[in-house]
Amino acid sequence: MDNRDKTDWRFKVANREALIGCGLALLNFIWWFGFAYGMGSRPVEEYSYIMGMPDWFFYSCVVGFILTTVLVIFVVTVFFKEVPFEEEEEMQ
Amino acid sequence: MNWEVIIPLLIFLVIIFFIGVWSSRKGAQVSDENFLQDYFLGGRELGGFVLAMTMVATYGSASSFLGGPGTAYTMGFGWVLLAMSQVVTGYFVLMVLGKKFAIMARRYQALTLVDFLKARYNSAPVVILSAAAIIIFLFSAMAAQWIGGARLVESLTGLSYHTALVIFALSVLVYVTIGGFRAVAVTDAVQGGVMVIGTLILLGGVVIAGGGVTNIINDLVSENPNLVTPFGADGNLGKAYVSSFWILVGVGVVGLPQIAVRSMSYKSSKSMHRALIIGTVVTGVIMLNMHLIGVFARPILPGIDVGDKVIPLISMEVLPAWLAGIVLAAPMAAIMSTVDSLLILVSSTVVKDVYLNYIKPDASIKAIKRASFGVTAVLGIIVYILALDPPDLLIFLNLFAFGGLEAAFIWPIVLGLYWKYANKYGAIASMIVGIGSYIAIHFYNQANGNLFGVHTVTLPILLSFVAFIIFSLVMKQEAYDYERIRKGEIA
Repeated sequence: MDNRDKTDWRFKVANREALIGCGLALLNFIWWFGFAYGMGSRPVEEYSYIMGMPDWFFYSCVVGFILTTVLVIFVVTVFFKEVPFEEEEEMQ
Repeated sequence: MNWEVIIPLLIFLVIIFFIGVWSSRKGAQVSDENFLQDYFLGGRELGGFVLAMTMVATYGSASSFLGGPGTAYTMGFGWVLLAMSQVVTGYFVLMVLGKKFAIMARRYQALTLVDFLKARYNSAPVVILSAAAIIIFLFSAMAAQWIGGARLVESLTGLSYHTALVIFALSVLVYVTIGGFRAVAVTDAVQGGVMVIGTLILLGGVVIAGGGVTNIINDLVSENPNLVTPFGADGNLGKAYVSSFWILVGVGVVGLPQIAVRSMSYKSSKSMHRALIIGTVVTGVIMLNMHLIGVFARPILPGIDVGDKVIPLISMEVLPAWLAGIVLAAPMAAIMSTVDSLLILVSSTVVKDVYLNYIKPDASIKAIKRASFGVTAVLGIIVYILALDPPDLLIFLNLFAFGGLEAAFIWPIVLGLYWKYANKYGAIASMIVGIGSYIAIHFYNQANGNLFGVHTVTLPILLSFVAFIIFSLVMKQEAYDYERIRKGEIA
């Protein structure tokens, strides 16, 4: 009971999840930026087309979006913990 | 008048109206002492789906449905790339504010963002500054959306601007006033659904009308190859500029009061987890679809010079009239869901943060109820009157509403939650530096082009961060004890 009084265990969960959020956003940005400007900077004649869309756009935005969604689902189901929000005063 | 388009729109308005009224009946059963929490926060019991939808719908406004696709029409794929920076808001806001905000808001018994800041920093200047920023900026943002809504009704139905404004104002005002936050959130969920379905139908219609994606892209390349590059039609859409939208419409959204307040309205961590997933998918689908529609519309309907008209015109071009009516309920839904959220937020700031804090702290429940309904209605009516003939000042203030609020609030919220050395000096400095530098840089950029090639919001967010850290550490280095309140030492 004593150590709970020091730092709420729920805060550790919250801090970790906030950091995961930042990491995910960073990853999301790198993917988006890398494909958009890495592939998109070639001359237009060299573009190939996937499902009709320019390749840089397809990888950066379409695949990027799907990948982000998959990662969010993965992170939420695997790493995110359920915590109660109400105070547990009477239990102390 | 085009009745085939108007009838589905009217049906949509009536449905929203009744859902709003219906959800207000639940509020009527709430006991008196819980009235404020219920009216301004829906009793903190939003489930995952409604939470996700109300966040997306509040965030997705006229610009995602009319302005954004219109720009994509002129700029090409570069603008779709830019718009996709918004997907991050779908998970980032809830992950970062997340559980800590939900726990602290309950611990402080905070109903508004200002309540939270008040409890965390325990300082009158913080309360006054933040309440003033919310009231001034969001009021003008609301009026701007309201004008957009009326213009949309005007252009779709052929009614006069004034009649359109009355229809639009009445339908929003009634359900927000009587139903409060719950009515806003529940109607947002329906409006969000309409937005998703509308964009899917329209994208399908546009692709078919253009003879398939490959065909459309070929037309674009033969018109101007730059349209399929990330650099915009003139080739001057820079990497730094586009990337800086990750701050403006991406991670910076954490600092928007209308979004942040939703992060204290959910019921349990389970609803938050669901909302994270649903929010990401819905934001991505809406943004990708709407902006692709804008680009794809170009070869089908060339020569549109007013960006906001691209979506209405292309809908009526490629879809049968009745279906266009249903699809065009989507931008309408986007505008309504933003307006209703801003209205209840500004009202909560006036009632809870100004009236109860400074004017009449000992108001009876009856007086509070009367004030809440009254203020919401009166605010709505003032916006209506202003929108009839919008003053220049309003338009001017709206320019700062989005980025200015982000620069003002992002660090007081985020550092207040996670940095124990954050204190009132840092918060005050951060808000003043944020808004001040935003306005200054806005004028600099207007005169000289974008400083460092990035959007106006970038530097103020950095500067307000530096100001926060320096003033917090220099003025008073004292660790904040997040646990203290639990032992009842502060209230």
